[in-house]
Amino acid sequence: MTRHLLSSADLSREQTEAILDTAASMHDVQRRQVKKLPTLRGRTVINFFFEDSTRTRSSFEIAGKWMSADTINLSAKGSSTSKGESLRDTVMTVNAMAVDALVIRHNASGACQQVAQWVDASVINAGDGTHEHPTQALLDAYTLRSRLGSLDGRHVVIVGDLTHSRVFRSNVITLKTLGARVTVVAPPTLMPSGVSAWSAADGFATSWDLDETLYAGDAPDAVMMLRVQRERMSGGFFPTAREYTVGYGMTRPRLERLLSANPEAAILHPGPMNRGLEISADAADSANSLVLDQVSAGVAVRMSVLYHLLAGDGSEAAA
Amino acid sequence: MSGDLFITGALLASASLGAPTPRSADATRGDVLVRDGRIVEVGSLTRPADLPDQAVVDADGLVLLPGFVDLHTHLREPGREDAETIASGAAAAAAGGFTAVLAMANTSPVTDTGEAAERILDLGRAIGLVDVVPVGAVTKGLAGEELAELGLMARSRAGVRVFSDDGRCVQNARVMRRALEYLKPFDAVISQHSQDANLAGPQACCHEGELSGRLGLPGWPAVAESSIIARDALLAEHVGGRVHVAHVSTAEGVDVVRWAKARGIRITAEVTPHHLALGTELVAGYDPTFKVNPPLRPSEDQEAVRAALADGTIDAVATDHAPHARHDKEHAFVDAAFGMLGLETALAVVAEVMVESGRLDWSGVATRMSAAPARIAGLSGHGRAIAVGEPANLVLVDPSARHTVDAADSKSLSRNNPWHGRTFGAAVHATILRGSVTHR
Amino acid sequence: MPRPDSAATDGSDGSHSAPVRQPLPGQPLDPTGRDVLAASDIARALRRIAHEIVEHNKGAEDLVVLGIPSRGVELAHRLVDLIAEVEGATVPVGALDITFFRDDLRSQPTRAPMPSSIPAGGIDGKVVVLVDDVLYSGRTIRAALDALTDLGRPRAVRLAVLVDRGHRELPIRADHVGKNLPTAHTEKVQVRLTGSDGIPDVVRIAGGDR
Repeated sequence: MTRHLLSSADLSREQTEAILDTAASMHDVQRRQVKKLPTLRGRTVINFFFEDSTRTRSSFEIAGKWMSADTINLSAKGSSTSKGESLRDTVMTVNAMAVDALVIRHNASGACQQVAQWVDASVINAGDGTHEHPTQALLDAYTLRSRLGSLDGRHVVIVGDLTHSRVFRSNVITLKTLGARVTVVAPPTLMPSGVSAWSAADGFATSWDLDETLYAGDAPDAVMMLRVQRERMSGGFFPTAREYTVGYGMTRPRLERLLSANPEAAILHPGPMNRGLEISADAADSANSLVLDQVSAGVAVRMSVLYHLLAGDGSEAAA
Repeated sequence: MSGDLFITGALLASASLGAPTPRSADATRGDVLVRDGRIVEVGSLTRPADLPDQAVVDADGLVLLPGFVDLHTHLREPGREDAETIASGAAAAAAGGFTAVLAMANTSPVTDTGEAAERILDLGRAIGLVDVVPVGAVTKGLAGEELAELGLMARSRAGVRVFSDDGRCVQNARVMRRALEYLKPFDAVISQHSQDANLAGPQACCHEGELSGRLGLPGWPAVAESSIIARDALLAEHVGGRVHVAHVSTAEGVDVVRWAKARGIRITAEVTPHHLALGTELVAGYDPTFKVNPPLRPSEDQEAVRAALADGTIDAVATDHAPHARHDKEHAFVDAAFGMLGLETALAVVAEVMVESGRLDWSGVATRMSAAPARIAGLSGHGRAIAVGEPANLVLVDPSARHTVDAADSKSLSRNNPWHGRTFGAAVHATILRGSVTHR
Repeated sequence: MPRPDSAATDGSDGSHSAPVRQPLPGQPLDPTGRDVLAASDIARALRRIAHEIVEHNKGAEDLVVLGIPSRGVELAHRLVDLIAEVEGATVPVGALDITFFRDDLRSQPTRAPMPSSIPAGGIDGKVVVLVDDVLYSGRTIRAALDALTDLGRPRAVRLAVLVDRGHRELPIRADHVGKNLPTAHTEKVQVRLTGSDGIPDVVRIAGGDR
């Protein structure tokens, strides 16, 4: 296993599947009365959050604690001025305490990659700016596998603010790694720059038209709705919430038409949801919605990631 | 040093001297005698008996060029003397073969008055390694709103002829128009940092394209540069003013400059060594050493600026030497300071990209690193021919001095050196300011 | 990425102070080794163990049989089938992976755990029979006891192994042993079972100084 988990691209298919398989064992632990494994006893995991995130932080915290690691939460405001302490000074202070892992959430893309070059600890990317969020992609894949079985050849559609989405960036990698076919849908203003060259190189499809993607014969097995930040509207990425919903929201009529083509189609959302904007209440609460499964998988997947990165002696297993 | 010097056996960058390209057959070897800081004889000379050994420079195998002039240097003094001082920056400039540098106005306080300009001039003179020529701000405090005291700076002892809000672009077209217009009596030029803030905001730090999309970094599109160049060119035409494009980095920007020149607009342009040699892919590791504004561009843009420098569309090479303290660079990429060192490595980079590739000969280098920038900045004592009567502001270049850059060796106080570990074929051997050796 | 848990089989707990690197499951039997139990011996031993378990428990009531992956699971299922023959009772059977409880995780590459499956009735108040193929240092069983503690509170825990090769490092003993095999540390004990390995059952000793 790799020493750090900075990008979903750090994981081969074999490694990704091993993490998901182990996560299943961890999920069993979650259902027990004694939700604790001694596996990481004596290890210290710092959850270093430069950006608020109750959901991801608590998920990592529980994961660490259930694995018996000493888990400590630190928060710091990402310094965007030259006046504050530098990122390097901040993390080196923590590194000097001989910790085993740094779980880092940062508002700046690439911050985890930079930190990994400075510290001795394993670095786990818990979301860096608009770059990646590999454990989210793993828990999404875990959730999808639990529902669909193998993802080989499955068609997954990702819809929303791709430009600013780390969930999209990690998911497209992990889903491709696991053999799924991916189509990403967004208005042109929310497509990442250079996406045509990128999608051609990495083998996923792009579309500006959600209906065409959902109903053009190749009915998706899963549709992942991304959160739309309301502040994007002031950036002029699209005119109004109403117009966005009409074009790109999982509305009730859209859901019904989707389910008539594929009654098993799964609906995912990384949360928190803007009900009524990118996802209707009907879609969010339908039997096809895996939103709560995603949350539930979060702890198990993060336990598995901690296990695979920290439990061994750090070497790659033979054969 | 008294300003007397005898340089023997140098390859003279007159005519079409082209060492070490095949054109080096045209090279003329000669001796140069300097008395009291001026060139008094050029040719096949006998060493004057009165000159001590230390006044003799054996230039066998070296190319003699007019001293380099940098249109774009950040010396950080006053305000950030932990990153660079006029003294350390001047030493770096001398080591890079420069005899004059234009010190950008974005210090703290900003160079937006005659007094501030004179102070920088005097500090530079006291050090004496290089002529430090202050650039004046276009607007007060670089705020882009009210004109700075342009005329008082122009009339001061510093005689400011280049004005720039560099680091920021003069966004407001009306302000830009008035500044261009107001400066006409002084034949001064505005060096514009061309960046439309609506298209490339303060967070923009990666060339907008596939890489910025993948990395999730705010994109800096080429059109944010080219649209401002086009606007400023037309404003300059409209009012009959002079505009200089700082650090042009894109093929589109080059095309606009070429079009404007063909139209007879008084426009000039510079390119940095890093935009000539370094590509956007270096940003992929999020190393803030490679964070610079405008950002490093893809190979198509690199090709375009190289070709434009060769054909004269781009007039000059300027370093945009931008020292930063470590703690201003060791932030997350989007939070780290923009800029990289450039004075000491400029010649080596230009030699590699332009001379060793056959795009320019050494006289072409002399034009782009000395004559053209001196002309743009209105510096009469620099960028002159190597001829009798001219001031002895000179640089000796060793075209075959293979060396590897070590950031720790820099004269600069800062270490944000993107060239660290790179090996180059040519190096500055010695720099001469008015007959005094300032670097050897 | 590691292969499925391996060192718990082949007679090493993978935690021994001076372990000889054992072949992974599926790797060929050492052709220079000697067979100490043939398929018929193993069948006889398991049948005897099944009888012992029922006899000791005075019936099949409250029994839960848990195999330790990988080959302990197959043995557990065979024992339960044999108990059914003997007693006509269906005893709950499952698998107990002990990877997360090992004390040697830190000294080797990360291992992927094998699936655990605990019978629906749980283990509270039950008599749990742990089943493994080879008992060696005792560390695997120590880990299994820890794992059990987190799952519930059995009335009693008993241990059945196919082979006890000695060299205990912890105060642990088996209640039911197929065969006691004196071995040297340098030797390895290879167990192969039809269901797990696709070849006829065999226990072989290989390596060592002889």
